Amino acid sequence: MSESNVSEDDLKHPTKEMTVGDEVMIEINQMHKWYGDFHVLKDINLTVNHGERIVVCGPSGSGKSTMIRCINRLEEHQKGRIVVDGIELSNDLKKIDEIRREVGMVFQHFNLFPHLSILENLVLAPMWVRQIPREEAEATAMKYLERVKIPEQALKYPGQLSGGQQQRVAIARSLCMSPKIMLFDEPTSALDPEMIKEVLDTMIQLAEEGMTMICVTHEMGFAKTVANRVIFMDGGEIIEENEPHQFFDNPQHERTQLFLSQILAH
Amino acid sequence: MMNTQAQTYEPGTHPDLAPPPSTVGVQGWVRSNLISSPVNTALTVFAIYLVYSLVPPVLNYFIFDAVWAGDTSDVCRNEQGGIIGAACWPFVSVWFKQLMYGRYPDAELWRINLTYVLFAASILALALPQIPGKKWTAIFVLAIFPVLCFFLYAGGSFGLVEVETSEWGGLFLTLVIAITGIVASLPIGIVLALGRRSNMPVVRALCVGFIELWRGVPLITVLFMSSVMFPLFMPEGVTFDKLVRALVGVTLFSAAYMAEVVRGGLQAIPKGQYEGAQALGLNFPKMMYFIVMPQALKLVIPGIVNTFIGLFKDTTLVSIIGLFDFLGMVQLASTNPDWLGFVNTGYAFAALVFWIFCFGMSQYSQFIERKLHTGH
Repeated sequence: MSESNVSEDDLKHPTKEMTVGDEVMIEINQMHKWYGDFHVLKDINLTVNHGERIVVCGPSGSGKSTMIRCINRLEEHQKGRIVVDGIELSNDLKKIDEIRREVGMVFQHFNLFPHLSILENLVLAPMWVRQIPREEAEATAMKYLERVKIPEQALKYPGQLSGGQQQRVAIARSLCMSPKIMLFDEPTSALDPEMIKEVLDTMIQLAEEGMTMICVTHEMGFAKTVANRVIFMDGGEIIEENEPHQFFDNPQHERTQLFLSQILAH
Repeated sequence: MMNTQAQTYEPGTHPDLAPPPSTVGVQGWVRSNLISSPVNTALTVFAIYLVYSLVPPVLNYFIFDAVWAGDTSDVCRNEQGGIIGAACWPFVSVWFKQLMYGRYPDAELWRINLTYVLFAASILALALPQIPGKKWTAIFVLAIFPVLCFFLYAGGSFGLVEVETSEWGGLFLTLVIAITGIVASLPIGIVLALGRRSNMPVVRALCVGFIELWRGVPLITVLFMSSVMFPLFMPEGVTFDKLVRALVGVTLFSAAYMAEVVRGGLQAIPKGQYEGAQALGLNFPKMMYFIVMPQALKLVIPGIVNTFIGLFKDTTLVSIIGLFDFLGMVQLASTNPDWLGFVNTGYAFAALVFWIFCFGMSQYSQFIERKLHTGH
């Protein structure tokens, strides 16, 4: 069981007040998913408001990655409803494409396109999905590269960058599409400890700016710093859901207590 | 062995020394590559023996003992009237026009030469970075040039004399069949590969069926079927030009092979690439065009060029359906009573020409691979 690599004290604390809006961005209602006969997600109910930062944690195999991958239809659910930004997820390809334009995703293994330069990685989707002209797309790309503090890497190829830099490029690439929601699937799990902090600081900055985020991670320091809610999943179910200090100091469910004792023991 | 006292230096002050002479330069290369172990030394000796026994006879045949000048076969005969044991290049120079163009009328050869010049100029324009307008050149080569070639070669319109396809031959015909096959089989192969990996059962079944059918029969039977059996199934009076039938057969045959080569490349692309593209909102065609295909095709350039080279040489099989390609013309020329028995020179020349084309393709493919290398 991997522990939190970066403690709360080492991360940059947000300087702005982070408010949560009323608008419902994601609504998951009684969602079930099966892989063949295996019941991988059981009765998932989740509502995410605008500006909320949700951290999802749990043991491996608990279905947390599967759940967030259902939100942008990288996985299909068989029962229940998922509504993203007012659009219901179904087999309708056009609706799926609409949703994917508004939902950005950052992967554990970055998934940058190795045959394109960093700049080309960033401008591809804005140019060909949102039909933004090249000059504007490049200007936006450079702006986000500066935000993640690696503008000098624009003309290099992903293979020439370190893991932490690649993940920050991946974050910038998602941001270039101006998404309303960002999903993070264990973004720091494949990184060395030195690089984890730089990525988490980038994510905290995003949270400061009011981005709606769902983050699957083991980094509890991060959860304590920015999360509105921490969700614990085990065996495909949401076991417990609470705001961070309550969650960490006062876990209700036995399984939550067991999990926390494992990952927080150093 | 030098007997020097190993000199010691203070930490951090060690100078940069030159490497030992026996490890660098020619001496170093020979030591590490040719005589580094007993087995390697034995192989080196064997290789030297092979070169010594094979290269001089080949050079003698092609260059030193060969006859270079002359108009008739007599210059290549020895005193008893037998044929010399080396290449008789007058065979090639006397028959050169037929070997290059087949029985294409002399007065119309300018049409073929014109297309050669246009093609070479277009390729040069695409290859040299300084020349602008590459997009238009590419459109010309892929869309306009083939149509232009068709009208120029076949004639019968725009005031050009008609030349039937049965008159086409030699290297010209080989190039027509090979280039048409190569250019057409790659897109068809890509479509088949994508279809075979599709989730839709009917599409997948059709693609698998097509691939296994065309891959499972020899090219000779494909050509034979297209030439002899296909007309039997056509209604009375409907005929397709024999060359067209051969082109279709060769193209579909090659497309089946190409499909499997491309599928190998597609399999090697990690799922994360698909997911990264999908998460950005790229739909299936855009994902394939921008992300998956460039990486997949680049991975299998060796396989693709391999299939192209195989196709280029397989075109020689059209001789069984009465089309006289380059090799067919060599064989035809050697049946001339005056030149009976000089077929060896013909085959030697054919081997040389084929090797030049195939090696050229191979070198070009390595150039492309180097150019596309982005270090991952």
